[in-house]
Order: sequence, then C-alpha cells, then structure tokens
Amino acid sequence: MTPQLSWYLALSAVLFTIGVVGVLIKRNVISMFMCIELMLNAVNLTFVAFSSFFRDVSGQLFVFIVMTVAAAEAAVGLGIIIAIFRNRESLDVDDASILKL
Amino acid sequence: MPQTNLLSLIIFAPLAGALINWLVGRRVRNERFIGIVACGAVGVSTIIAFFLAFKSDGALRATQPVMDHLWTWVQVGGFRADFGLAMDRLSGIYALFITFVGFLIHVFATGYMHGDRGYYRFFAYLNLFMFAMLTLVLADNLLLMFVGWEGVGLCSYLLIGFYLDKEEAAPAAKKAFIANRVGDWGFVLGILLLFWLTSQAGAPSISFFDKAGVTSALATVGRMSFDEFTWHAIFAGGITSVAFLLFIGATGKSAQIPLFVWLPDAMAGPTPVSALIHAATMVTAGVYMVVRCSVIFTHAPTAMFTVAIIGAATALFAATIGLAQNDIKKVLAYSTISQLGYMFMACGVGAFVAAIFHVMTHAFFKAQLFLGSGSVIHGMHHEQDMRRMGGLRKYMPITWLTMCAGWLAICGIPIWSGFFSKDEILWKTWSGHIPGVPPGFNKALWFVGAVTALLTAIYMTRLMVMTFWGAERFRDQHVEHAPEGDHGHTTHKPHESPLSMTIPLIVLALLSTFGGLVGVPYALSSLTGGHPDNYFERTLQPVVSKLPGTAASESEAPAQLHWLSPPPQPIDGKPAVQPARGTNQGEPIPNPEEITQEQLFALISVLIALTGISIGWFMFKNQPLRQMPGLLENKYYVDEIYDAAVIQPILLISRDGLWKIFDLGVIDGVVHGLGRAVVNFGKQLRYMQIGFVRVYAAIILTGAIIIVGYFAYNGAHVLQFLTK
Repeated sequence: MTPQLSWYLALSAVLFTIGVVGVLIKRNVISMFMCIELMLNAVNLTFVAFSSFFRDVSGQLFVFIVMTVAAAEAAVGLGIIIAIFRNRESLDVDDASILKL
Repeated sequence: MPQTNLLSLIIFAPLAGALINWLVGRRVRNERFIGIVACGAVGVSTIIAFFLAFKSDGALRATQPVMDHLWTWVQVGGFRADFGLAMDRLSGIYALFITFVGFLIHVFATGYMHGDRGYYRFFAYLNLFMFAMLTLVLADNLLLMFVGWEGVGLCSYLLIGFYLDKEEAAPAAKKAFIANRVGDWGFVLGILLLFWLTSQAGAPSISFFDKAGVTSALATVGRMSFDEFTWHAIFAGGITSVAFLLFIGATGKSAQIPLFVWLPDAMAGPTPVSALIHAATMVTAGVYMVVRCSVIFTHAPTAMFTVAIIGAATALFAATIGLAQNDIKKVLAYSTISQLGYMFMACGVGAFVAAIFHVMTHAFFKAQLFLGSGSVIHGMHHEQDMRRMGGLRKYMPITWLTMCAGWLAICGIPIWSGFFSKDEILWKTWSGHIPGVPPGFNKALWFVGAVTALLTAIYMTRLMVMTFWGAERFRDQHVEHAPEGDHGHTTHKPHESPLSMTIPLIVLALLSTFGGLVGVPYALSSLTGGHPDNYFERTLQPVVSKLPGTAASESEAPAQLHWLSPPPQPIDGKPAVQPARGTNQGEPIPNPEEITQEQLFALISVLIALTGISIGWFMFKNQPLRQMPGLLENKYYVDEIYDAAVIQPILLISRDGLWKIFDLGVIDGVVHGLGRAVVNFGKQLRYMQIGFVRVYAAIILTGAIIIVGYFAYNGAHVLQFLTK
C-alpha cells in the first residue's frame, strides 16, 4: 500500500487545524508561538508532498524559503516574548492587551 | 490701421508713478518728490495723449483708430480678449480730458494734501486711478474695459476711505463698492449675453473694433435687425437685454437711480478725489460705455426709452435734493448726479454726441467747482458747512472769481461752456424721437430737463451766495448742528490757497469759460457769422450710432455700420471729411425753420438760467440760512427707505435665514453630521482593536476562511488544476 497524496494532504490539514486552534485557545505565548510554527510546517508538508507528487522541485524551494522566514520570525518572536516577559512577569498573552509595553 | 506702442505708455506711465510712490515714496516721505513723480507721470500721459490725438494721422483726425495690441489675453475657443488699446475719436476725447483735467487735479492735490501723513499713499492711489481710468477708456474690448471699470471702482473705494480716522469714510467707501458691485453684475451679464449673441450671429466677439482675426461685436450687432419697442424685449435675451444689462452697469458707476446713493456719501474722501473721480472722470464712465455701445442701444428702443426716463428722473430728483443740502460738497455731489442724469437723458434720445459734449464741459466746470470748494475748505480749515461760511469773497478772491466761472458754466449762461452742451441736450431732447415712443414723450423729457436747469441755477446760486456773499458767519459759533468746538474755527481767518491750488483753478476756470466753443451748434454760430462748423459734433458723429427712423439715419445707418467695421478707406490728411460731410448733408441744416426753433430754444435756456440765478439770488442773498423743506434736506429719505427695504431685509435674511438656519443648520449640520458618522463608525471599528492577540488571530482566521471560501465557491478551475 503505497502512500497517496491525499494522506499527506490530510495530515497537513490536521496539523494546520491543530495549529489554528492552538493559536486561538492557548494563552501561553510560547505555546501560541509553537502553534504558529506548527502551521508553517503543515504548509511545508503540503509543499513537499506536491513537489514529490508532481515531480517538480520548486515546491521544495518554497519550503526552504518558508523555513528561512520561520527561523527569522522565531528569532524576532522570541525576542518580543522575552521583552514581554520582562515587563509583565507573565507569559499570558491576555496580560499584554494594552497595545503598548 | 496705425499701431503704436506710445498708446500703452499713456496707461503705464501712471502705473509706474503709482508703483514708485508706493515703493519709494513711502520711505522717502518727501512731499516734493512724491508730488513730482505723481504729476510727472500724469503729465507724460497728457502729452502723449495730445500728441496721438492731434498729430496729422492722429485719433481725432483719421477715420481709423490708433491701435496698440500688447498681447492676446484670453483665447478660449471662439472667445478672444486682447490686452489691446485703441484710441478712436470717442476714446481720444475722453483720454484728452481725463489726462488734462487729471493733471490739473494732481497739481491741485499737491497743495491740498500738504502735511497729510498719507501723502505718498494718496498719490499712489490717485495715479493708480489714472491707470485704471485710462485702461477703461482706451480698452479695445469689453472685457479689458471691465478690468478698468473694476480698477476705478477699487481706487474709488480706496480713496473714499482715504481718511482712516474719519468715522464716516469707511462705511461710505463700502457703500460705494457695494453699489458698484450691483451694477457690475449687470455689466458682466451684458458682456456674456453680447458674446452669446454675436456667437449666434457667427462672429463671436466682445471687441469694439475689427482687428486681425476678430470681428467687431458692435458691427455684428449693427447688422442685426432692430428690436421692437416692447417691454417683453427686456427679458427676451436679445439686443434689448444686452443694452439693459449694460445700462444697469452704467447706473452703478454713474450714480443713476436706483444706485445713486453711494455718490453723495463718497464725498467723505479728500476733495481732489471728489473732483477727479466723483465728478470729472470715473462717474462719466457709464456714459462712455453707453456711447461706446451706442449701436446696441439704438437697436433697442426699449432700452433707449428706459435710459432716457432714468436719466431725466435722476436729473430732476438729484437737483431737488441739491437745493436743500448745507454741506458744500454734498450740493456739488447731487449736482453731479443731476448732470449725469442729463447725459443719460441725451443718450436715451439718441443725442450721443451731445452727451459726450456735456461730459467734457462737465469735467471742466465740475472739476473747477469741486476744486474751488476744496480751496474753500482748505482756506476755512476743513469746514464744509456752508452755514458757517459767508463773505469769503474778500478773503479768497481767486477762488471766488474762478468759481464764478464754474457757476456761470453750470447754470448755462452763454459763452460759458455749460450753456452749449446743456442747450444742445435740451434741443436734441425736444427735437429727437425714439421709434415706437409717443412723440409727446420727448416734450415731457424736455420739460423735465428745463425744470432741472432752473433748479440747477437756483442751487448753484445758493451755494455761491452762501459761501462768498453775505455776512461772515464763520465768526459766530452758534450755528445749529455745530460740532464740538474743538477746532476753534473762530480764531482762524480764512485765507487764500497757495499757488499750486489756484493755478489749476484758473486753468479750469478758463476751460469752463471757453471750453464749450469747440461745439457751438450751427444755429448759434451762424448768428454771429462765425465758423459754421460744429467741430465737436463733426468729430464724434462718425463713431456713434444713430437712432433708426430719424430723418438723417435712413441713408446713414448702413454706411455708419460700415464705418464701424472700417472699409479700406484712404486716410486723407484732412480730418474725417468723408463721414462728417455725409452726416451733415443728412441733417436738416438748410432747414431755416428748425434753425429758428433751435435759436428760440437757446433763448429759452438762457432765460431759464437767468431766472434760476435771480431766484437763487433774491431768495438766499439776504436769508442764506433759510430753512429748506425737510423732505429735501433729508434727501427724500432714500437712504432710510433703502435701509428699510433692502439692507434690513438682507441683514435679516442673512442673520436669521442664512446664518442661523442655513449655515448653522445645513452647512454645519452636514459637516458635524459627517464628523459624527465617522466617529460612530470608528467606535464600532474600535472593537476590532481590542488588544487581545487571540482576537486578532480569530479575525485573521475569519478573513482567511472568507477568502478561501470565496475561491472554493468560485474556484472550479482550482479543482480542475488539482485533478489534472
């Protein structure tokens, strides 16, 4: 039983949905951040799956770009999280709701 | 046609003078410097004007106007307005007396304004006025004329309000400005309508003359058929409407009923201004415009009829008011209105040449009288109330003698200039005829004119008697309405004015005396066996239009119009013999009956003048302070009526209607409503920016779902792509 494209896509959709729901319901900034990474990687999985299915390398190139952006975003995002933590003494995202530090 | 750039120097010399006085004079503050610049600038204009008018192919001699095309000002589609000047016979005569009388008044003003803090300002304005007035007169199209028209209005405003510390000056200036705006409204609409009319006729133009690429609007109108004499024609949008609208403009500028109210108040300005602007030049601009557009008026008998009636009514109305005024300048102001009424009456009966003749003689004698009154005011240390004068003959002999010349001229005593022009107007009024109007109308007009002449003689005699004869009332302080005695008039003796003031007075007195001799009608000159030519009429006859239906015009009308769009006519050295001879032959000169009649009417005029003078003399010689009827003294309460009928309703509408309802309700309502709507919308939107990151995430998710949903719904091609 060889893996079908739809399997990858379904897994990707499940991962993405978990990420979305996690962003919406989690209060911990780190958890939300991880959920965002999860969504990005779900998309990566889709890209790779399509790339393999269509025998086209450009999908994999996109994955590299997304990973680069994700790395940069992770650096910036963690920086912001640390700044928030220093100010708020908390990682609860609802404590950071006054639109300024 | 001859082109010369000298023509533009006539208007630009005063402009340069104004600029120099404004920019340099205000720093130098040297009266001699400012006076020389101002008088010199006008002097240059005067010399050039005389040169261009009288040289061998000058404006007054050749059949072609002297033109100066500076640049094309506006060119939009068929509409073209040039910054171009033209001096033909009509504008030539105007330019001559404007520059010359203006020069004399400038000289007078150097003496009169001596010691004033705004000396430089005064002469800058006065020069600017000369620039605007000469632009008005020399403009070769209606739009440029309107520029001058507005320019003189502005200068009039500035100069009426010249005395910044005088309480009544600012409102008077405002009044003059607003009354003129009402008239300008008519003038502008008239120009637009004329342009529309000529466009309909296939030659869109607002120009007075034929030029390269432009047909004269007047010639186009001249080729149209005459309007009927009917009141509907006024609103029909044809020639009559144009004439009527232009005449509204003229009533504003030339202070005719119903817009005359500003002129008496305008006397709050310095006296040279009253002489120059409000007697000799600016107020005659309306007459100039009507005569310039005489073709339009002769094609519109209804408008002619209206002009004649308004003119006659104004003449009589203002003369009666003039009888009862005590301020020396107010008397002269009402006299000016009355004389302007005369001019319009002449225009209304088709005697355009007589009107211009009267404009010219009036410029001489009225400028003389105003300057004389200025001299009196100067000598009396700024006293204007005639009840506080009297017996000044002894103290100011030159002023007295020169003013006598002006007095006799305006009364219409033979030899003095006013006699010839006034007599000609009266005679033309009697003998003229507007087609479609009952013949008795002209006789009625003549009667009004004759009564006005009588009144004129009476009030002018009253003025002279109250000022120069009788007891010396300036010594006693107990005259009614005496202002707080802070000036100490009693301690000062009146004194004669300096030379700079008396010389212009003498020159103007000579002009008032002999200036009328250029236009002696045949009927009178033949009495003395003199030269049987009426120079003035012969010069001007070719440039004005004739009424249809008069004996002379039947054969003349086409040739006349032909002249307005000049045919290739050789310029002979002799002054315009061809057209002038033509008109002379058309006129009933050989008719001895008419000549006898004209002589009879001249005699009647003289008798009227003498009667008026003797009535004035015997009524006021011994009782100079005689109480005049209150109705007249209060000017028929016209100001009060206007106040109640026009000004207060406008104020009421403005305040309660436009301000409190429209401005606060509608304008502010719209603005505030818009603001409130935006604020409320923003209040709703604010909930999006609540600050919780997860809400933002939810909003992004919603948006994403909407977009994805949209593509899923419409995106069959996406599915095709997947299944391929």
